[in-house]
Amino acid sequence: MTHWFKRQMFRPVFTVVAFFAVIAIFFYGSIGWTFIMSLTKSTLIPRYDFVGFDQYVELMDNKRWIVSCINMVVFGLLFIIGSLILGSILAILLDRGIAGEGAFRTIFLYPLAISLIVTGLGWRWLLDPSIGIQAMVRDMGWDNFVFDWLTQPDRAIYTLVIASIWRSAGLVMIIVLAGLRSVDGDLWKAIRMENVPVWRAYVQVIFPGMRPVFASCIVLLMSEVIRGYDLIVAMTNGGPGISTEMPAKFAVDFFFARMNLSLASAASILMLLLSLLMLAPYLYSEFRRRD
Amino acid sequence: MYNISLSKIKKSYGDLTILHSVDMEIEEGEFIVILGSSGCGKSTLLNIVAGLDTCDTGRIMIGEKDVTDLEPSDRDLSMVFQSYALFPSMTVKRNLSFGMEIARVPKAEREAKVAHVAKLLQIDNLLDRKPSQLSGGQRQRVAIGRALVRSTGVCLFDEPLSNLDAKLRTETRVELKKLHSDLGFTMLYVTHDQVEAMTMADRVAVMNKGRVEQFAPPQDIYEKPANLFVASFVGSPVINQIEGTLGADGVFDTGETRIDLGGYDFDHGKPEAQDAVLAVRCEDIDIVSPEEGHITADLDFVELLGADALAWVVYHGKRLSVRMSVDAARALPKHVGLRFVLPKASVFSAKTEQRL
Amino acid sequence: MSSPSNTTTMPLAAKIGLYAFLIASALFFLAPLIVIVINSVKPMADIRSGSLLSLPSEITFEPWRIAWSSACTGLDCSGIRPGLMNSILITVPSVIISVLAGALNGYALAQWRARFADWLMLLILIGLFVPYQAMLYPTVKMLSGMGIFRSYWGIIFVHVVYGLPYTTLLFRNFYVGVPDEISRAARMEGATFLRTFWSVILPISTNIIVVVAILQFTGIWNDYLLGLIFAGNDNMPMTVQLTNIVNNSRGAAEPNVNMAAALLAAIPTLVVYFISGRYFVRGIATGAVKG
Repeated sequence: MTHWFKRQMFRPVFTVVAFFAVIAIFFYGSIGWTFIMSLTKSTLIPRYDFVGFDQYVELMDNKRWIVSCINMVVFGLLFIIGSLILGSILAILLDRGIAGEGAFRTIFLYPLAISLIVTGLGWRWLLDPSIGIQAMVRDMGWDNFVFDWLTQPDRAIYTLVIASIWRSAGLVMIIVLAGLRSVDGDLWKAIRMENVPVWRAYVQVIFPGMRPVFASCIVLLMSEVIRGYDLIVAMTNGGPGISTEMPAKFAVDFFFARMNLSLASAASILMLLLSLLMLAPYLYSEFRRRD
Repeated sequence: MYNISLSKIKKSYGDLTILHSVDMEIEEGEFIVILGSSGCGKSTLLNIVAGLDTCDTGRIMIGEKDVTDLEPSDRDLSMVFQSYALFPSMTVKRNLSFGMEIARVPKAEREAKVAHVAKLLQIDNLLDRKPSQLSGGQRQRVAIGRALVRSTGVCLFDEPLSNLDAKLRTETRVELKKLHSDLGFTMLYVTHDQVEAMTMADRVAVMNKGRVEQFAPPQDIYEKPANLFVASFVGSPVINQIEGTLGADGVFDTGETRIDLGGYDFDHGKPEAQDAVLAVRCEDIDIVSPEEGHITADLDFVELLGADALAWVVYHGKRLSVRMSVDAARALPKHVGLRFVLPKASVFSAKTEQRL
Repeated sequence: MSSPSNTTTMPLAAKIGLYAFLIASALFFLAPLIVIVINSVKPMADIRSGSLLSLPSEITFEPWRIAWSSACTGLDCSGIRPGLMNSILITVPSVIISVLAGALNGYALAQWRARFADWLMLLILIGLFVPYQAMLYPTVKMLSGMGIFRSYWGIIFVHVVYGLPYTTLLFRNFYVGVPDEISRAARMEGATFLRTFWSVILPISTNIIVVVAILQFTGIWNDYLLGLIFAGNDNMPMTVQLTNIVNNSRGAAEPNVNMAAALLAAIPTLVVYFISGRYFVRGIATGAVKG
């Protein structure tokens, strides 16, 4: 026994166990607890009288939840596709040995250092019809110019897309650029020998070989979409009306402001399931690759 | 200085058995080389002796002490690693004294020991450098120094020369051997390089698939391999093998010619009739006229190696190698006879692959 | 690293197009920052008469002064200064502790070879993508139980724990590349696991420590949600105070003060970004390729 104990002093097991205890309690314990609450009818405080999946059924009848989900899908698709396209284009251009690469990279990447709160506020001001771009263009003489998406219920969601792409395109760029830089130089020599046009080389040869790179980009961006909270709070606060509400905000509002614990819990669990669903192919390939 | 005794060491990971009951008695002050290809279990065995790995069953004795359950640092031994494993953030001096620092050896004693070993290995001018500022050979010396400074007489080496270039490897080999004879430490040295095994070892343990195939002085391993595996693993080019049947009368029948093994010293008297393999090293074959040879063969091609030459001949669709002088190789006819130096040949049972 | 082809071999038209696109993109990325900087030094009169994009008639640092020390968040009118202090007091210890914890756990995990180690890696990987919403409420309850909900140490605790999967994984991936023989050599010398970590491993981890520290600094400094819920009124970080100031003065509408406040909130991470550019980029690239 003393031998055993002494041996453990030289091994990582104690540290691993302590670490996983923390993860187990604060991550998986919390998730379990949230799940249990989602099966109850708790409002202000947790009460453990179980009602099965009633809260999930209720969510499906909740207009704000449905709108949130639709918003997330629309926002997510546009944001991810937009970021991937802009980021990839910038990466390709930067990879062509241009002058001032470092300066451009610095400019494209700095939004990542800025909080989503400041990002949201900045774009809110810029897109505010009374003081932002619309006002400027009108000042310049086009009195009828209209750019008021921020205040239009059916357009406001696109302003969130613009701000998000602004913040995350640099992330895609830097990851794709790292991928491009690790492409075997001989491959480019072969492409030049075969006289393949550059754009075809990228679309048909280089990018298909970088599938894991794009996969990690997409996973990162998706996780941002599902977690997205700060930007909405700072930029539209869900409005006008409920036109830019999203699940993450729905859950936080119902946990802390509207005090409907079980409904918020059900929403959170659905968000978690969605995350895992999105993540599953990535995790699967990740683990298969390791074997 | 201690002897080391390993008895019935077994190790497996799940269904994969790494070591099948290894026994080994190592005398005090011996230089033992464990030789084998990668995956044969030699490094696992060394790690188990070091205490970095545990065995499933079996006991390890170092001197009079049963160390099976002890921590590496409590086993009175030290180790040199393949990649040297110097602590990158520490100076050479601190690398050498770190273990003593942990063992709370007084500072004066630490400094004295470091100075002594540094002088012995001629690294005293490097003491204030970081490992990244050293050449491969210098790192190697520091790694050996770290092993010596704390050592009470047992040193383990895990392929310590494999990261050096060929020239440096030869030099270090000689130095290690000299160090061993000066200090008289018990050394256990793992390698896949048979030249290292042949030149340095007092005894070599040839390992294959988790078993010790033969444990004997290097010349015995070369001349009297215990089985077909050892015969073909040791020596370059690979030992020539001729298949046939061995009669009760001691005559080896290749199917084409009959060779009387009268000059061969069987291990356990004359064996019974069976299928067998006659194995002969390339330097134990003489080229003669076709009529005088034990067998006849056709010349395929000749490799001139500088000091001598290898003639490759074809016998029954199989290539055999014959070592000879360059001049003789140049004058070879197309059709030759081969005559074996039978006392130096080996005969193995085709079934058990053991030496007869 | 071989560039596909460089600009010297490119036709002039293509070259112009390439730079035009890059410069246009650079303007898109810089625009919000430029607008905010310009307007933060504009007198209020200019803003009332023109749009955000007109140049100031005179440069004044009055908005900065107000934002710093006398802008109002509700009833309290002491500017964003307390928020800055709170953010520093929260971020610095959180970063230090989470770097140390991540390094220790990452090293332990890299050293640990058990059959189910892969499954625990999966648990951590999932932990990276769990939406906070699925953990928030139980964490509130657990911290209340520990008596540190809405307290200084409570918010630090949450930052460290919620950051654990990320920091641990980054360090683990680094330590997997450190030759195992170094750890084994230390064990031969009699160093325990913790001693090896402290004396041998930590001193060779400078690069990854800087990377993780920068990522954690940016993440924690920019955090809004956790600060809002767990910090308590006396420890509200800058992001929360910024939104309070902006939303409070919405009626009074003093955009120049708000923008100065936003800049004050963004400056620390921007400074870190510009100073540590190379590490920041490397951090994002390594952090992105998880697993």
